[in-house]
Amino acid sequence: MPVLTPVSLDDAVRLLDAHPGALVLAGGTDLMVEINEGHRPIGSGGDPTVVVAVDRIAELRTWTVDRGADTVTIGAGVTYRELLDEPLASLLPALAEASRTVGSPQIRNAGTLGGNLGTCSPAGDGLPVLSALDAVVHLVSAAGRRDVDVHDLMVGVKRTSLAPGELIESITVPLLDGWQGYSKVGVRNAMVIATASACLVTDRSSRTVRIALGSVAPTVVRCPDAEAFAAGVVDHDARTVPDDAVARFGELVAATSRPIDDHRSTAAYRRHAVEVMARRLLRRAFPGRPA
Amino acid sequence: MTAMEVYTLRVNGDDREVADAWLGESLLYVLRERLGLLAAKGACEQGECGSCSVLVDQHLVCSCLVLAASAVGREIVTVEGLAPVGVPSDVQRAFVDAGAVQCGFCTPGLVMAATDLLDRIPDPTDMQIREELAGNVCRCTGYGRLVAAVQQVAVARREAGEPA
Ligand SMILES: Cc1cc2nc3c(=O)[nH]c(=O)nc-3n(C[C@H](O)[C@H](O)[C@H](O)COP(=O)(O)OP(=O)(O)OC[C@H]3O[C@@H](n4cnc5c(N)ncnc54)[C@H](O)[C@@H]3O)c2cc1C
Repeated sequence: MPVLTPVSLDDAVRLLDAHPGALVLAGGTDLMVEINEGHRPIGSGGDPTVVVAVDRIAELRTWTVDRGADTVTIGAGVTYRELLDEPLASLLPALAEASRTVGSPQIRNAGTLGGNLGTCSPAGDGLPVLSALDAVVHLVSAAGRRDVDVHDLMVGVKRTSLAPGELIESITVPLLDGWQGYSKVGVRNAMVIATASACLVTDRSSRTVRIALGSVAPTVVRCPDAEAFAAGVVDHDARTVPDDAVARFGELVAATSRPIDDHRSTAAYRRHAVEVMARRLLRRAFPGRPA
Repeated sequence: MTAMEVYTLRVNGDDREVADAWLGESLLYVLRERLGLLAAKGACEQGECGSCSVLVDQHLVCSCLVLAASAVGREIVTVEGLAPVGVPSDVQRAFVDAGAVQCGFCTPGLVMAATDLLDRIPDPTDMQIREELAGNVCRCTGYGRLVAAVQQVAVARREAGEPA
């Protein structure tokens, strides 16, 4: 049977080792579109003739909380639907907000966070969240395990640093102490690929504000200048920030974006959109004005 | 193309054999072209329209985005499996009563989505119905009648469940 359905991670790794070039299939919401449209040759000549479906691997479909380290580790096969369920949604609110904007119920029931990383579209809604949270991605192959910073996994438009035969096993993100949220602009509310998006997370204990942008560069980008500026102007305890600082934050975020004109929007609109989203997210995180 | 061995899908409670399939075939294709189950409709083939919606292990998915041979061992339910022919389910009946069926092309997908929605959320608000049905495109009804049909079922089920 050319579609292999391992139920353990060990078996999956062994199968990928035994079948070089095999296609890894998770929810299929990106891959099947390519197969249906004939953009992904499969099953003839030198094309992949073996598919390894990873959706029955229990290890990939679970998530765990480490209260000592204050982290959550999410299996690559966890779906958007599951990220929206409690208690995960309350633990990782920005990821839940982003998940709610993905496609439709049908897409959220099938699509996985691992698949979002595997595809590595600049518009992937999970990716700004993983970037803002400085996620660590755990990879596994017959050669062993390695951990990579999410920013080192995303190397270009739909390009990752995954090695052949390597699987994304899980993703670890910190449990932060502070407001976090996701914002997305598109032409409608459902079933829309982001024209521009932003994730802002705050952390009282480290006194940091972090922001990552989607759809405005070849990969998701962080905004170090804006983050450094924010750290100096917000009050994490009183949850306040002055109006002029909010405006400046928006400008710094827009300056970091490197958007392009394409069929979905213009560079100018995208730059404007991330500026507005950044201002709104910072104001939501710090609703008060200092006295 | 690589010919595949025979594999078996469990559809509407029956084991159905699929032979001589191509590796890349979607569940939608296999349902329609190999198993003769024509309820799920093919339109966009990219998960945008929802007209091919089916349940796989009780999850509503677009069958065009399911690799057919990867669904071996899963419970697949299509509209054909919701109710016997000639005896529509309450959701199907409500669609007709509320005028939520016009050209009918999107209807099987929407019936699957509405059935799934009411199983999970027995008492939905209009907003919830709209969000839950956002993966199903209808070009005729304008959606108002679809929302009404779902509400009609929710009310009827509630009344049926209440003591007289
Ligand atoms: C109608 C529609 C609407 C959509 N809307 C959105 C949206 O709003 N936002 C958004 O971000 N995306 C959207 N998508 C894209 C898609 O749903 C997401 O990118 C999703 O996360 C892909 O996950 P999957 O499990 O379906 O991946 P698959 O299609 O199964 O795989 C995608 C890629 O990742 C690789 N892969 C998957 N799992 C692993 C693993 N564990 N290890 C290594 N490689 C792996 C595969 O080999 C493949 O290259 C949409 C898609 C459709 C069809």
